[in-house]
This record gives sequence, C-alpha cells and structure tokens, in this order.
Amino acid sequence: MASNEEIQKELAGREYDAGFITDIDSDTFPPGLNEDVIRGISAKKNEPQWLLDWRLEAFRHWLTMEEPTWAAVDYEPTDYQSISYYSAPKPADSGPESLDEVDPKLLETYEKLGIPLREQEFLAGVRNIAVDAVFDSVSVATTFKKKLTEAGVIFCPISEAVRDYPELVQQYLGTVVPQGDNFFAALNSAVFTDGSFVYIPKGVRCPMELSTYFRINALNTGQFERTLIVAAEGAYVSYLEGCTAPMRDENQLHAAVVELVALDDAEIKYATVQNWYPGDENGVGGIYNFVTKRAECRGVRSKVSWTQVETGSAITWKYPSCVLMGDDSVGEFHSVAVTTNCQQADTGTKMIHLGKNTKSTIISKGISAGRAQQSYRGLVRMGKGAENARNYTQCDSLLLGDQCGAHTFPYVEVKNATATLEHEATTSKINEDQLFYCQQRGLSEEDAVNMIVNGFCKDVFDVLPMEFAVEANRLMEISLEGSVG
Amino acid sequence: MIVIKDLHATVGGKEILKGLNLEVNAGEVHAIMGPNGAGKSTLSNIIAGRDGYEVTSGSITYKNKDLLEMSPEERSWEGVFLAFQYPVEIPGVNNTYLLKAGVNAKRKHLGEEEIDAIDFMTLVRHKAKIVELDPSFLARSVNEGFSGGEKKRNEIFQMAVLEPSLALLDETDSGLDIDALRIVAGGVNKLRAKDNAIVMVTHYQRLLNYIEPDFVHVLSDGQIIKTGDKSLALELEEHGYDWVKESK
Repeated sequence: MASNEEIQKELAGREYDAGFITDIDSDTFPPGLNEDVIRGISAKKNEPQWLLDWRLEAFRHWLTMEEPTWAAVDYEPTDYQSISYYSAPKPADSGPESLDEVDPKLLETYEKLGIPLREQEFLAGVRNIAVDAVFDSVSVATTFKKKLTEAGVIFCPISEAVRDYPELVQQYLGTVVPQGDNFFAALNSAVFTDGSFVYIPKGVRCPMELSTYFRINALNTGQFERTLIVAAEGAYVSYLEGCTAPMRDENQLHAAVVELVALDDAEIKYATVQNWYPGDENGVGGIYNFVTKRAECRGVRSKVSWTQVETGSAITWKYPSCVLMGDDSVGEFHSVAVTTNCQQADTGTKMIHLGKNTKSTIISKGISAGRAQQSYRGLVRMGKGAENARNYTQCDSLLLGDQCGAHTFPYVEVKNATATLEHEATTSKINEDQLFYCQQRGLSEEDAVNMIVNGFCKDVFDVLPMEFAVEANRLMEISLEGSVG
Repeated sequence: MIVIKDLHATVGGKEILKGLNLEVNAGEVHAIMGPNGAGKSTLSNIIAGRDGYEVTSGSITYKNKDLLEMSPEERSWEGVFLAFQYPVEIPGVNNTYLLKAGVNAKRKHLGEEEIDAIDFMTLVRHKAKIVELDPSFLARSVNEGFSGGEKKRNEIFQMAVLEPSLALLDETDSGLDIDALRIVAGGVNKLRAKDNAIVMVTHYQRLLNYIEPDFVHVLSDGQIIKTGDKSLALELEEHGYDWVKESK
C-alpha cells in the first residue's frame, strides 16, 4: 500500500486537461491601464455615456485604493500596467447573431471542454441547459434564446443587456457590489468586459438551467466579467458558471463581480465549478482568482444559495455572501475547495442577517494536498433587527500529506440577543485505515482515495443541480488523478 | 489454498512472527488461539497486505501464487477477505456503493462483466438476511454510527457478498453479546463450503462453540506451538496457555 508520501507524489503529477491554447486571431489591447483604455473598452461596446461615466468614476476611486493584504495568501504584487484589459476573437466587436457566425475554432474549443454550443446537441441529450460562452473579454454564443424569450426570461451577455435593456441594467448594476466596494471590485467596475445578465420576471420559474462558461485564452490578458442576476417576485432560477484557462507560465488575473438580487419569494441557486489553471507542481503560472460575489435577499421569504466546487486557480480570494434583508429570507453557502501542489485559497462566505427570522447555513469542505494552503474565512453578522435569526456553520478540512495546511477564521458579530449561532469545525487527515479497508474490499488505491474524498464532500455534492453533480465528480477525480502511479 | 512457510516478520523493527508455519486447505475451518501479543492480528494483517509489516524471511503461497507480491486489492480480487477487528467508519460513503465498487473491481479483474445496479440490489438484500442485517443499513455510510455488534455483522455481510475463497476473521467475537455472537456465527456457518476456507483468530473458546473448527492452533511468541482438533480449545480453556508452553 502506498504511503501518504506516495499519494502526494501522485497528486502532484495530476493532469490539467483544459490546458490547451486556441490559436485564433484576436483583437487585443496593448497592456496598460488608464482612462483612455477604459474609454476604448466602452467605445468597443458602443456603451451609453452613463456607463462610461460609471466606469471612470470606479477607476478614479480604484486609484485611491490599496490592494488588500489581510488574506492568508502569498504572491508577488501584480503589475496592473502589464495586463491587457481587452481581448476579443476577431471579428466579434458586435457579437455574433447566430452560431453560424461563430468561428469554428471557438466551437471546437468549447467542444473540447465538453460544452456543446449547438442546440441540437442539447436536444439530443438529456441535459436541458442554456449556455452563454464567454471567451476572453466577449461573449461568443448564447443558446436557447428563443425558448427563454417565450418564457419572458432575459439571458444574454451583459454588453447586449446594456444595449437592449438599459433601464434594467442601470436600475440594478452596482447596487449589490458598489463600484468602490473593494480594490478588485473597483477594478472590475472600471474595466469589466463581459459576463451574463439574467432577469426572471415576476412569478416565472425559469424553464431550464442557465449556465455561463468562462474561458481565458489570450496571453497576458485579465478577465473581468460581471454577472448580474435579478429574480423578481416569486421567480426561480438555477444558474451555473464554469471556468477554464490554458496552461501558461505567467500568472493571469481574473477579477470578477457577481451580483444577485432576489425580491419577495424569489429563489436563486448559483453554482460554480471553478477549474481555472492552477499552475504547475512548482507553483509556476496559474490564475489569480480575486472575485467578489454577493447576493441581496431584498424581499421577504427570498432565498439564495451559493454552491461552489473549486479545484483550480493558483490563488483564490473569494467570499460569496448573502445580505439577508427581507424578513424570513434564507442564505446558504455550500463549498468544496480542493488545493494541491502550491495552490493557495482563502475562501469562505459572509452572512449578514438584517431581517427578522432570517436563516443561514454554511457548509464548507476543504481538501488540501501537496504544499497547498487553504483558509476558510467566514463572517456571520446578526444585525440589531435580526430577531430570531439563525445560523449554522460547519467547516471540515481534510489534509492529504504533512506539508499542506488548513486554517479556519470564523468571525461572528451579534447585535441581537435573540439570534442563534452554531459552529462546528473539524480537521482530519485522510486515514490509512480507511484506505486499507477500501482496498481490502477490492478498490484500487486511486478509487479508494476518490471514494473517501467524495464521501467527505457528500453534503455539498448533494445540493448541486443534478446536471452538474456528475461534472463536479469528474472534476474531483481529475484533480485527484494519478493516485496510483 | 494457502501455505505459510517459516514466516518471520517485524513491526517497527521488532520481530513478531518468528518462523510460523501453517497450511489451510479448501473446505477447512481453522482457529488460531493464543495470548495477547502472540502475533495473531499481525498474521491476518500480513495475509491481507496491510502496510507497516515487514516480512524478513519465509513465504506465503496462495492458490500457487506468491501472495506477498500482490497488492491488497489484488489479494481481495483473488478471494482473500479480512473481517476487521475494528471496522473503520467512512463518512459519506454508502455501504452498498463501496461493496458494488469492490464486486465490480473483482469482476473486471476476472474478465467478467460488471453487475448491474438492479441485480446487485437483489443480491445484497438476499445476503443481508444471512446476518439478519436490517436493509436500512445498506443505504447508510460505511459503519458510521453502527454499534459494535452492527459493525461485526456488517463485516460478515460483506463477506457474504464478496464470496471469498479464504476468509480471515480477526477477533470477530470480541465485543459481541451472546445474541449478536449467535447471529454472526450463524452467518459464518452458512458461508462454509467445500471450496472455501475460514481462518478465525480469537482469544476465547466461546466462539468455537458456535463455529466448529477442523483444526485448532496455538500461536505463542510468533510460532504455532501446538495443533489439534476442537478438543484442544477445551483443554486450553481449562489449563490456560502456560500449560501448552510448558508441555511444548
């Protein structure tokens, strides 16, 4: 039987199978960031004046801010002047009107990633999902528009939404994550290029799962997408984002902002399968994933759940949060984060209880291997008006090997004496006895590791949308691949 | 079935087995008894291939193959089963799911087709009856929250499903009350067949009242110092292990 040391070695050799580069002609801005670049982005997208002003305001604010250093991650400071802030596959200035206009190389890219963009491929299969595909800075394809339009659902690239539904975008953009919220959110507000916009009107249950696949391809390019999802009264939507990038020796920056708004009785389920390139086994290259995700449960009885399966990125800095404003609103956070080799992750959530009888649940499962460092950082705040609010937090860490680390930083602030909080935390090592038991019953060591890790994550996988649970499982297997040499 | 010749083995540098010889044939049930620290559990762990034991000399031949060359899972596929003294809990891993993965890995190794989900459920429900295991246990996480007796019953249930050629029962009777012992032993008896062999490791003669052995061996200080039939166990019960050591 292999020792932990051998498992380590095998884990270190895991393959990143989304690491290829698509050779495609791109329209890419030269590196550098100033007001002209922002005007350039805005002009490329034919944006209205109000949005350009909004971007410039964010940029001027960003110039006064400092990059946060409180997270338990260690990296060389980013030179923001060495990054290109816009890259689009040619010719895509206005976005393609139909798939026939999409470069076949792009379609091939998404096929390789297992994301079919041709609708008939969906119809032939059992999956019923509409996809928006974002390649570097622009959206290249959105499927099932017709069916969604019939239901009254708006699902399109945010640049298109700015053009076609300016009032809706203006009404909600930046209301959950303001321009100056934090360093990376301010940067995103200044330079965001694409992302998805979703609006589910009153009383509508979105007839299919929606998903966006983000792909970084170009060299020295940052990806700054902005996603805005609004569920009006009584609406329901389930949304998934997936992310991949080629293997490159340089670090690449991904600074996204996601804003969710749930009105009375609305429900948003937001699931992420994040598989950005994590860098090689020596920590060279990989994506810096500095993301601000926040939901406001503005309406009574509204509900938002964040589910994330994080296996990628060299550095992750991410705290999907819920602000529970409406009485009886519910926030959930379910997370599985896997870090191997030299990956670093500082991730968790914030649950801000403002309304009465608000309820939040946090389930966080962290798996560390190699020399990876992982931190759970969570804030639960019970405001003055949060009568009878409840929170349940469970953080479990699993360590593979003796060179990795797991850290937990729970913050709790309670201003209402009727609130109830529960916190449970465990840290354990993958157990030689469990491995041997599985092998004695006939499982290979690799299958045994997968089974034990999957069991550890079961609470989270159980809440993933059915269509994506399989994908999450597959991703976990790839991440832990090579468990047998 | 299995031939162990002059086996010497160390754990953490300390010699535990000091020239052990044992031969078990198909259709036989052997009991290995002995005082604490004699090397009983070491023997079953070495046969199953657990890490941390070093065989310094001697050989184990199983079905005419060198057992010590095989990985733990290969031994399992070839029909070696260990009923653990302390079965581990594996949170979140479904009991049936683990077993199905084990059965299919074995089938694949033997060049057989994988069993389908419906046939497998029929099989496990049937086998669960052998040890009177409530079907609700099938859907639970492996051993999680099971009582001591339930864990041991689960081991014998797994043995029933995997149909091993050589089953090693490591102190399966320890921690069982008299009713649980009767059920577990009853399960083992139903699994006795002319083409498989069972080796029981135990401290007490009590188990042998329920599972009648063909041979009883006394293991003391890393060697088998006496072999007899079931009457030997009764003599041991009466006179203690020192009596064997003295009469050696």
